[in-house]
Amino acid sequence: MLHTNNLKFEYPDGPSFVFPNIQCGKGEHLLILGESGKGKTTLLHLLAGMLQAQGGEVSIAGQNISGMKDAALDQYRGEHIGIVFQTAHFMEAMGVEDNLIMPQYLTNKAIQRERARALLTRFNLLHKAKQKPNALSVGEQQRVAIARAVINNPSVILADEPTSALDDKNADEVIALLEQQARDTGACLVIVTHDKRLKDKFSKQIVL
Amino acid sequence: MNLLKIAWSNIRFKPMNTLLSIVLLSFGIGIITLMLLLEKQLGEKFNRNIKDIDFVLAAKGSPLQSILANVYHVDVPTGNIKVADAERIIKNPMVEKAIPLAYGDNYEKWRIVGTNADYPAHYGCVVKEGRMFEEPFEATIGALVARETGLKIGSNFVSSHGFDNADGDAHHHEKPFTVVGIFETSDCVIDNLILTPVASTWLVHETEEEEKPFANTAPAAETKPEETPPAAPVQQYENKELTGDEVMKQMAAEAKMIMPGMVKKVDNNREMTAYLIIKRNRGAFGLLSNMTKDTNMELANVAVQNNRLLNNFGIGMDTVLAIAILISIISFLSIFISLINSLKERKYELALMRTMGGTRSKIFALILLEGLVLVVLGYIVGLLLSRLGLVVLSSFIKDKFHYNISDLGITKADLALLAITIFVGIVASLLPAIKALKIDISKTLANG
Repeated sequence: MLHTNNLKFEYPDGPSFVFPNIQCGKGEHLLILGESGKGKTTLLHLLAGMLQAQGGEVSIAGQNISGMKDAALDQYRGEHIGIVFQTAHFMEAMGVEDNLIMPQYLTNKAIQRERARALLTRFNLLHKAKQKPNALSVGEQQRVAIARAVINNPSVILADEPTSALDDKNADEVIALLEQQARDTGACLVIVTHDKRLKDKFSKQIVL
Repeated sequence: MNLLKIAWSNIRFKPMNTLLSIVLLSFGIGIITLMLLLEKQLGEKFNRNIKDIDFVLAAKGSPLQSILANVYHVDVPTGNIKVADAERIIKNPMVEKAIPLAYGDNYEKWRIVGTNADYPAHYGCVVKEGRMFEEPFEATIGALVARETGLKIGSNFVSSHGFDNADGDAHHHEKPFTVVGIFETSDCVIDNLILTPVASTWLVHETEEEEKPFANTAPAAETKPEETPPAAPVQQYENKELTGDEVMKQMAAEAKMIMPGMVKKVDNNREMTAYLIIKRNRGAFGLLSNMTKDTNMELANVAVQNNRLLNNFGIGMDTVLAIAILISIISFLSIFISLINSLKERKYELALMRTMGGTRSKIFALILLEGLVLVVLGYIVGLLLSRLGLVVLSSFIKDKFHYNISDLGITKADLALLAITIFVGIVASLLPAIKALKIDISKTLANG
């Protein structure tokens, strides 16, 4: 599903990173641990094609995304990669349900409101479907962000510090949801974090 | 879900910014279209009323007033002129046609104009119902007069002295007029007039107060009618006990005698308010104008005076137009600033759209669309405002001058303005859209 080879990245006047090779198969869960400044977010952005590596390559669902052009890359990312960020961002002007179907619309897929509602039901958020995202609690927002990341049934789910802003209870809930969604869709789940609470929950780990 | 829906959500999410942009733009657009409408409709109206009339021969005074009074019928006349004096000029071979106008009375503020059939014919105005006036105290009335006063064929009405004092304090004449015809709507000044033979306007004053001239000539000494013996024929009517019909017949007989040009024995002391003159050849103005020296008459050049009028009018219009354009520019600026500002707050969500599969071109289109929706909304509200303004202004103008300018249809200028609005709207949102396009998604989302 996801593998990298000799990934290198150097900021114009900042640090440079050489990353270990990553392999993550269908349905596999991988935890990437690292202290601040070890390039966790940089690695996640490289995996998502949001940054272009200066060396090496990233392959997702059999496609080498390192050489892909702008618009094609945006489309491919939308279809195959679901991303959960440290802080959940939304289209603030639109309701929770409309935010959920945004990846379907942006990848030119048929809009399936039933799928959005099914996810909201599963995440216990259906009663918030029409509300604006900023009316939700941080924990609820992170759950909506996970639902949005998985709505297109991506091959790879990337999560950047998904729990660092949450208390223990919410953190447990979010990790459980991520794992469950990855299992349900057969996606490979990659979590980058410095959150020590997650250390014992994943058998496959890489430390930067 | 589509781009328009997303744009619309974003616009509604910032109601105050949206309101400011739309209010500014709609005021700018509203005033611009209103000015264009007024200029067009009044200009057309003026031109229809001028309709090849070259000069106006009237009493000395202001030539502009002479045009306003005798061509547009919105001002009071400068006074009266002697038919005998006028004939020296209007019989000149350089004059192709001269249409007599004699007036001084009104019916419920609608002017009663003594003239001949040449006057409506000049405007191509035809009788829709009934017939053209022939005898004194017969009246053929304009379409607007008929509609507003409810006068019908066969209706009788009594005139009052003056031009706009239809109320009780005005002096009412006793001789009633009879409506014999109604003109078709012609969109020119005939619509607002009550036409009658010249003789009616002479007789109406003779039968009552022989010595009292028209409203705007110097008023005669305060003499009561019974102190001065009325003119001989009139005395006859009043002394003998005649029926109304017999009086009319006698007066008609006299009137025929005194219709200008019909009989040679015209009473040379008869007066006329003005003649509308159509010239035969170029250069007529200087020569004819010279002939008015040493008389109380003045020849006014319609084209020259009309230009003067439009220029004066135009300065006011241009000032208002300039202010409106300034407001519009400010509104485009406000749209530009609100898009740029919202971009700062929204760069996370725009970057987010990219991570969810949104392409740069889609995001570019979204920002452009938001600007466009704003300007189109502002344009629509502005167009409605301008029409509302026209209705208000038109009722004012109609009340004051009986001018109808309430054509609310979409004009070519409106469509041109829409095109300009859309173009400037695109220009104003172009820079924000380009900025949105250049957002570095990795940097933006890493910092959030």
